[in-house]
Amino acid sequence: MESAKSARVNKSKMAENRKLIKIATAGSVDDGKSTLIGRLLYDTGSLTSDKLEAIERNSKQRGYDYLDFSLATDGLVAEREQGITIDVAHIYFNTDKTNFIVADTPGHVEYTRNMVTGASTSQVAIILIDARKGVIEQTYRHFFISNLLRLSHVVVAVNKMDLVDYDEEVYLKIKSDFEELVAKSDFSTDQITFIPISALKGENVSQKSDLMNWYIGNTLLDHLEVLEPADLQESSAARFPVQFVIRPKTEAYHDFRGFAGKVYGGNLKKGDSITVLPSLTTSKIKAIHFFEKEVEEAAIGSSITITLEDEVNVSRGDTIVKNSDLPKSEKLISATICQVNAKPLKVGDKYTLQHGVNRVLAKVESIQGRIHTDFSGEEATDQLKLNDIGQVTFKLSKAIHFDSYKQNKSTGSFILIDEGSYDTVSVGFIN
Amino acid sequence: MSNLFIPNPKEAESIHILREVAAQFEKPVLLFSGGKDSITLVRLAQKAFYPARIPFPLLHIDTGHNFPETIAFRDQLVEELGLELIVRNVQDSIDQGKVTEERGRYASRNTLQTTTLLDAIEEFKFDACIGGARRDEEKARAKERVFSVRDDFGQWDEKNQRPELFDMLNGKIHQGQNVRVFPISNWTELDVWEYIKNEDMKIPSIYFAHKREVFFRDGMVWTANQHVYRDNSEEVVERMVRFRTVGDMTCTAAVLSDADTLEAVVDEIRLSTISERGARIDDKRSEAAMEKRKKVGYF
Ligand SMILES: Nc1nc2c(ncn2[C@@H]2O[C@H](COP(=O)(O)OP(=O)(O)OP(=O)(O)O)[C@@H](O)[C@H]2O)c(=O)[nH]1
Ligand SMILES: [Mg+2]
Repeated sequence: MESAKSARVNKSKMAENRKLIKIATAGSVDDGKSTLIGRLLYDTGSLTSDKLEAIERNSKQRGYDYLDFSLATDGLVAEREQGITIDVAHIYFNTDKTNFIVADTPGHVEYTRNMVTGASTSQVAIILIDARKGVIEQTYRHFFISNLLRLSHVVVAVNKMDLVDYDEEVYLKIKSDFEELVAKSDFSTDQITFIPISALKGENVSQKSDLMNWYIGNTLLDHLEVLEPADLQESSAARFPVQFVIRPKTEAYHDFRGFAGKVYGGNLKKGDSITVLPSLTTSKIKAIHFFEKEVEEAAIGSSITITLEDEVNVSRGDTIVKNSDLPKSEKLISATICQVNAKPLKVGDKYTLQHGVNRVLAKVESIQGRIHTDFSGEEATDQLKLNDIGQVTFKLSKAIHFDSYKQNKSTGSFILIDEGSYDTVSVGFIN
Repeated sequence: MSNLFIPNPKEAESIHILREVAAQFEKPVLLFSGGKDSITLVRLAQKAFYPARIPFPLLHIDTGHNFPETIAFRDQLVEELGLELIVRNVQDSIDQGKVTEERGRYASRNTLQTTTLLDAIEEFKFDACIGGARRDEEKARAKERVFSVRDDFGQWDEKNQRPELFDMLNGKIHQGQNVRVFPISNWTELDVWEYIKNEDMKIPSIYFAHKREVFFRDGMVWTANQHVYRDNSEEVVERMVRFRTVGDMTCTAAVLSDADTLEAVVDEIRLSTISERGARIDDKRSEAAMEKRKKVGYF
């Protein structure tokens, strides 16, 4: 067995006050995504001895002369049998400075939807490329999705450098091919970082490689630690979709009517003048409650309960916003759709559209086209099949109150639910 | 009154999930084991609905082989918070001939719980069962959704799960289906312990170091008790131990420990080189033990 590169021992520090970074892996099948995540777990001392023993045992059983780190994340029997990832695995590890949540996604084309799903909750994508194969169709596709989701950073990890003799030429060729894609995307060059690695051997993962002295940048782990994902500070206009109305009906809180929800886009403050949508009634925030405390102001991401100065009629699905910043309200919306179910989306189809916590009925008015994920435009089509991405216009039973996805990821996205199976069949990004 | 409230992102996410459960389902229930994860869930549910009461009951599937400390703790918590508690017993499922008690060296009632749970779901027509499982616990759990749809037989179809995008949760189900909900999916064991410490929560005494009669088998520390099978050759000794997970006595191994305060426990977890599930005898049965149990409706 290959001897272990020294583990970074990091268990002494408090997890509190560490920043949280959410990452999704991407890249074609067998590019080494799961191996890389397993390697990161190992190098950061996050694989406990019992898990490591299981990997050693399994690798030996399979007759490998190395540790197969993909076994750390490929948890389903079918995945281990086939040696591929089928469904997203959520993996957690930390270093002194940072808590990481990694969505290890499958590379197989058939499971592209799982990559979209994993990336939807992430800020950063690590796109792996097999050094022997270079930029291929799945690379385009996953980079396109990273662009569509407006991730804040993309790391392009050129993997399996051990199989190309750690040759700088190979790396530079892939880098320049990829840069052509970047030029066609919305990303600026400082959002993209290239790193040559060997996930299997641990070169440039957490330890600087002696075999690639020509590379002067950070190791992958060092790079991930210094990232400051932009949407951590994301701030547009405050949106408060009401999830639940709290009426204790106890003696102490007889007249209490609180509106529970999560704050998106911007902070909410006591005394703010607000409008309730869709009724357009106005009031002021009387108090902001978090459990037994009252607070002056609640930051983005808070799950709080607010009360209003006036007796206003508010129910689940309504949105409370500041008077100064109203969202758009429309019954006809156009969006970029990614189809995540085997049943195709066709003109005339009816769905339940879930926008945050609000649901309306939606009918497909028109499909403008299927988008080529290599940034080469779109083609006309009358349906979107599994894993297709396209432009679609919907007519809604009631207006929704939204922002463009560019402005606010939460109020700018929705899912479509099939009326028969109740499955989530599409995800939409509002233009 | 404090000025700007900055949320703990994992806590905020869990509260969001619990509120979605209350809004989207007719008859939710919180599966309560008396362990640290379900105690954390109760605290999160308090926060989600305060100043109103938690709008769903707790359900405890009692194997009959629980640590008495856990049961005492459960009853006290329910009393203090004015919660509704439903208890269903594995012993009843055995008496009704629905399941057969295991025998031999590794006999446990852990897998038998599934039948009792499924019966309770049917009896009360629960449509959402909130559980404290975390994705960091085990490799099959890492694949689990927050809203995990189960069919009439409680089965988990791992290759055909609904995608979950952003924080939108789709809880639409057909008659007879139900959803398992995991609000602390994204928490790690250390997150839970630090939360318990920061919130100064009460937990059952067996989580802290105490003297106990134990014996050693397969490199693990087993409780010496009439419910746990033991050979004559397996010598009983007294040791300072504590538990990292609290389940059925027959499947929960202790760890040797002197940690007798929350601070000491948190420090011990932080430095630990073995996973929480490493002390679960049920997971050692096979490589795919958890996935197999989940498929047939386990928690
Ligand atoms: N030589 C070499 N092999 C590697 C490297 N990284 C991964 N591999 C091997 O490539 C194969 C596929 O690795 P995985 O990690 O399962 O690939 P993946 O990208 O997760 O695949 P999917 O999840 O199925 O898309 C395994 O046999 C790995 O051992 C590397 O840096 N060098
Ligand atoms: Mg993989």
